[in-house]
Amino acid sequence: MPRPANVLHLGIKELRALLRDPAMMTLIVYAFTLSIYASATSVPEIPHRAAIAVVDEDRSPASERLLDALQAPYFLAPQRVAHEEMDAGMDAGRYTFTLDIPPGFQRDLLDGETVTLQLNVDATQISQAFTGAGHLQQIIHSEVAAFLDGPGATGEPAVQAVIRAAYNPNLIESWFGAVNDVINHVTMLSIILTGAALIREREHGTIEHLLVMPVTPFEIMLAKVWSMGLVVLVASTLALHLVVHRWLGVPLAGSFALFLLGTMLHLFATTSMGIFFGTVARSMPQLGLLIILTLIPLQMLSGGTTPRESMPAFIQDIMLVAPTTHFVMLSQGILFRGAGLSVVWPQFAALMAIGTLFFTFALSRLRKSLG
Amino acid sequence: MSEDLIARLRGVSLRYAATTALADVDLDVPARRMVGLIGPDGVGKSSLLALVAGARRRQRGNVEVLGGDMANARHRRLTGPRIAYMPQGLGKNLYATLTVRENLEFFARLFGQNQVEREGRILDLTRSTGLAEFLERPAGKLSGGMKQKLGLCCALIHDPDLLILDEPTTGVDPLSRSQFWELIARLRQQRPHMSVLVATAYMDEAQRFDWLVVMNEGRLLDTGTPRTLLERTRCTTLEAAFIQLLPEDQRRTHQQLDIPPRRTNDETAIEAHGLTKRFGDFTAVDHVDFRIARGEIFGFVGSNGCGKSTTMKMLTGLLPFEAGQARLFGQPVAPDDIAPRRRIGYMSQAFSLYSELSVGQNLDLHARLFQLSEDDYRQRRPALLTRFDLEHVVDRLPGRLPLGVRQRLSLAVAVLHRPEILILDEPTSGVDPINRDNFWHQLVQMSREDGVTIFISTHFMNEAMRCDRVALMHAGRVLATDTPQALIANRGSDTLEQAFIGYLRDAASPGASTGAAPMALSAPDSATNDTPPPRFSGRRLLSYARRESIELRRDPVRATMAMIGTLVLMFIMGYGINMDVDRLAFAVLDRDQTTTSQHYALNLSGSRYFQEKAPLQSYADLETRLRSGDISLAVEIPPDFGRRLKRGDSPQVAYWIDGAMPSRANTIRGYVVGIHDAYLQELAHGMGTRADSGQVDIALRYRYNPDVQSLPAMVPTIMSLLLMMIPAMLTALGVVREKELGSITNFYVTPVTRLEFLIGKQLPYVTLGLVNFLLLVLLSILVFDVPLKGNLLTLTLGALLYVMCATGLGFLFSTLFNSQIAAIFGTTIGTLVPALQFSGMFNPVASLEGASAVIGQLYPTTHFLLICRGVFSKALGLADLYPYFLALLATLPVLGGLSLVALGKQEK
Repeated sequence: MPRPANVLHLGIKELRALLRDPAMMTLIVYAFTLSIYASATSVPEIPHRAAIAVVDEDRSPASERLLDALQAPYFLAPQRVAHEEMDAGMDAGRYTFTLDIPPGFQRDLLDGETVTLQLNVDATQISQAFTGAGHLQQIIHSEVAAFLDGPGATGEPAVQAVIRAAYNPNLIESWFGAVNDVINHVTMLSIILTGAALIREREHGTIEHLLVMPVTPFEIMLAKVWSMGLVVLVASTLALHLVVHRWLGVPLAGSFALFLLGTMLHLFATTSMGIFFGTVARSMPQLGLLIILTLIPLQMLSGGTTPRESMPAFIQDIMLVAPTTHFVMLSQGILFRGAGLSVVWPQFAALMAIGTLFFTFALSRLRKSLG
Repeated sequence: MSEDLIARLRGVSLRYAATTALADVDLDVPARRMVGLIGPDGVGKSSLLALVAGARRRQRGNVEVLGGDMANARHRRLTGPRIAYMPQGLGKNLYATLTVRENLEFFARLFGQNQVEREGRILDLTRSTGLAEFLERPAGKLSGGMKQKLGLCCALIHDPDLLILDEPTTGVDPLSRSQFWELIARLRQQRPHMSVLVATAYMDEAQRFDWLVVMNEGRLLDTGTPRTLLERTRCTTLEAAFIQLLPEDQRRTHQQLDIPPRRTNDETAIEAHGLTKRFGDFTAVDHVDFRIARGEIFGFVGSNGCGKSTTMKMLTGLLPFEAGQARLFGQPVAPDDIAPRRRIGYMSQAFSLYSELSVGQNLDLHARLFQLSEDDYRQRRPALLTRFDLEHVVDRLPGRLPLGVRQRLSLAVAVLHRPEILILDEPTSGVDPINRDNFWHQLVQMSREDGVTIFISTHFMNEAMRCDRVALMHAGRVLATDTPQALIANRGSDTLEQAFIGYLRDAASPGASTGAAPMALSAPDSATNDTPPPRFSGRRLLSYARRESIELRRDPVRATMAMIGTLVLMFIMGYGINMDVDRLAFAVLDRDQTTTSQHYALNLSGSRYFQEKAPLQSYADLETRLRSGDISLAVEIPPDFGRRLKRGDSPQVAYWIDGAMPSRANTIRGYVVGIHDAYLQELAHGMGTRADSGQVDIALRYRYNPDVQSLPAMVPTIMSLLLMMIPAMLTALGVVREKELGSITNFYVTPVTRLEFLIGKQLPYVTLGLVNFLLLVLLSILVFDVPLKGNLLTLTLGALLYVMCATGLGFLFSTLFNSQIAAIFGTTIGTLVPALQFSGMFNPVASLEGASAVIGQLYPTTHFLLICRGVFSKALGLADLYPYFLALLATLPVLGGLSLVALGKQEK
């Protein structure tokens, strides 16, 4: 059984060590304030300021009407280009979309014929390409319909679709981006702090010193988990409340206490993971690489960057082992949808299970590497 | 400066934060002599040597060495090759994973020696030091004495005129020590014009020097030959003279050490029988036997790496052992048994204190870990502080305190819980005579008054003489155990040192250990000394590059991780990241329940984008399931939908999209609009209305990736991300680590320039990054079937520039931070965030605003991503992409310049 007093005092020691590293403290503050603010405000609404070029071979009121409809903030002012410039501009990445309006566009429309417009999309611009193309088609269709109905026509469709977005009515990207950044920094910092602290103790020979005292590896590990977890918990709480909620004005729906509980479970898993890395890596340079190699998939495949639905089944299954996947789910559930424990308990249970698994594994490695 | 002076200091002062290291020092160091620097710990000896060597930046006063001002960068560049500096600490300037030969070659190249000259010198030096047969052994695996010899060889590789040695024999056993000084003596015979400046804690060594400088508290107390010093102080030994020279108040703390006889006590405290420890094939401790009685002071003497520390660690329970028995007070030692640890106090070689806790906090932490009661500790704390003379430093950090004070603190920590056994591993190494005597006062008091058993290892023979009994250890075996007097008598020698060396020479296989061939050091007309070193030298640059790549090779885990890791990541993420969302879960609340309403819903469920879940029962159900994330879209079809549609009443269908993830919500909205429009068109067609009006048909073409596959879009993206993060992390610890481990001194005192250092250290990682790049290209072509439409050479050129930017960025982070943790965290934030969010990976840079747009336009990933996509998907060539190449090219000098500014050529 661990002695609580030992765990407490060893943890306080960890906190003091962190306080003595001003560069590290500065980085932590930066990561949880300015960094979040900068990324959140940069994430553009989709589509946003998409670059489009139009080859208008008709130059008629109908084609003008189409051009006028392509407006900020969704589109940058359309560039009128000649037919030859179209490809070069796309090659150079100047335009994500090019629209070719053929000669006789208006005449043919009024004659009741079907006119074909060519819309080219730069498929390498991953996110804009897909949503932007859908959006463009929608605009063209409705403008053409309005043009044909003429002024004054009500143009009521046979069935109306009333589309509303729940939880984020205007679909503001920064709401999601800001919370997601907090989540990413929580994971990154907790793994680095514990992993590096362990390697540092080994490089300075203080771990050995601890072991001649009546202290067990279990206590050493618990102390690191609670102390570094606490640092990240405080930093993320402040960031969420002050930066995300107050500064960026993101409304947070659900119970904050429940979210904190979820964060604690997540930290239990990630700090254990950090210690595990600390026992696997034999030097700081190795640890650095290990962290990079795990952080990238943890961040990009957790469902925070792209939706989980779009991943192949085997990736979805693999990522169930990653604590970030469950943390992203429960954060979205609690903070945006206002979900309660009755909804997010599976994620809590999963985090608990993953955390226990990592902790046990890391502890056995720690015992072995110290013994 | 006259010909007879090698160095001249005037009014030199040096401060670190609040402490004064040197206070207004004036000193003339005579040339062609062996000059010794003696004084207590932390009085500024090391600072003075570092200033003379040019390793540390001068703050105040004037330091002239070899006829020029050391504050002048040009003078340092020109005289650098004439000075050799060996910093304090065993093997501090060596590279542990490099072999003896590789270490020597590294230094030789830094001084611009060609292969012939280099090999000749290495042969000479290693033969005369007995290192010749260990040429291929890594420096980290050498014993302490051999490390110091190798350090000396590295310092001597360029025939210096001034050799500066900072406590070269601290922590070195007597035999190796005597060999070391023999070597120096022979060297001086060969090169009589060479001056040597040495700091030492051994007074018997100082006795043999030509001229001595006695220092205390940053000031000079006296200078002169050993004989003058003895005459002036009327002492017989230098140790006494040294104490005599100290100011009154310091001298008072020193008392003549007097060891009362031990009361005989037959109770056994420590017992070892046939104790054996093996590391792989190597037997570190080989059937060791001894018995230590309660209250005895038992000394452990032996060469470096002979198994003393290992034996001690086994007794504390830190290390398990293969064979034999160890008992403390009759109880067998078991590594997982915590209870006996309370009876032991252990002080390891490295003084394992927490450098980030203050002196008082260190004591507090240990008191709590040993569960001292609050009442007890309230009395014990001040008592210990007084007894170990720590009151005035209670709030200071141990790292900034002199060695002697740190060692007192270590002992205070070790005895805090009133242990019955004290195991002390070389506790006095590098500590000055006064502090050592004070330390021994404490030991004697504990042994004689409290009956504490003390097991201590030492390299000082006068300390061994103070022990009740001494064990001589060599190569894992105990050669002899007896009282010091009996050991001397047994060998028929005069001193314990002679007796010890005698035992060792007997034990060593004949001719193997010393092997010191007659000195054949070539002192020929070497080019090194006369011509000034060039301003830029490819050889020095390559020397750093070569060393870095050897270190990378010796740590295959790192290179393998970089290679395999990136491939695995590329694989997982290439398949995992897909912007084309499908299989979205939706459910319908059909309040009409007619064929018309079912037909409408069928439009959605028939789409490949959507996947229908069980129908919704009520509004409450809708809300719950949307909230739980079970469905992303809910559709409500109103009552009377069918009827109103027929009447032309334009019924409203309500859609609820989960907006928690806006990008996904937008995609869903797009799909819904499309499907709804298609329904309307189909409806119109069926009803025959509007048949006369025109229609628009949009021919949608996805360029560069017509089938809209995820992989061709993701390959360039992931490649750009990985080739930024991995090389940056590889170089991110390059400088911080050298600072933490001490080898940065080589950069300070050798002619290598900042630019050579910067490029040399990055070259191997640029190469590694390029290999990595080619592997990624192969993977995408062969495994992912993503064709490379453009020219491979163009892409490779882009990758080369990009990887150079990445290593440059990592290097910059490395120069900015002082701790490895901060460097890792800083590099992660500094690469992951901008590369992922601001460089156009998911959102084009043109769509960004504010600070992130500026970062995005400057960050190298932006440019490489455009090159990569251009070549991979659009078959573009250099003519189309040259602006991005230029941008990368322009980034290099900016990153390099910033690093050069942050990287000082001297320690501040």
